[in-house]
Amino acid sequence: MAAGMAGILGGCVNVSAPDKPIVIELNINIRQEVVYRLDAQAAKTIEENKDIF
Amino acid sequence: MTRLSIKSFRKAGAATKMAVAAALLATGAVAVHAQGRSPEYAAARSAGQVGEQQDGYLGVVGSQPQAIVAMVRDINNKRRAVYTEGASASKSTVQEYATATACRLLAETKPGEKYRAPDGSWQTRGAGLPPRPAGCK
Repeated sequence: MAAGMAGILGGCVNVSAPDKPIVIELNINIRQEVVYRLDAQAAKTIEENKDIF
Repeated sequence: MTRLSIKSFRKAGAATKMAVAAALLATGAVAVHAQGRSPEYAAARSAGQVGEQQDGYLGVVGSQPQAIVAMVRDINNKRRAVYTEGASASKSTVQEYATATACRLLAETKPGEKYRAPDGSWQTRGAGLPPRPAGCK
């Protein structure tokens, strides 16, 4: 308590940067039902391009 | 295989040329499509230098040699091309098509390979299915 009071009275404000990067979510425009529907076609794409997957 | 001189090949009719081409294809003498991963890509995957991300693109795990970074960039450019093709064929966006592919790619990672979790951290695939984007089948 006394230490807390001393901190306040000292008038010291500490601002520290977050230790993790700030992530901005950009995936909100992905339609989940479309992702679900594309499953079979995606499988075919992988099968036909094995060198890059 | 039958030996054909260039001269006789030039003289040969179109039908004969077709037949020769078909014979070459049948014997596997001509590679039409790249079959599977390059040894460099396969090695980088099993060494955990590269991994699958949630967005359908390959990622570089931590700091890696320039050759690895360049290889990943090249692979991702090719992936973007096939996603673009798939998206226009299926009336979806490139991002949606890439995500649908990511669903498969993440599920198909082998234990020990790296994948990027939704929080951005790199994880090693264990026995279970890795976390995948929303909407995966």
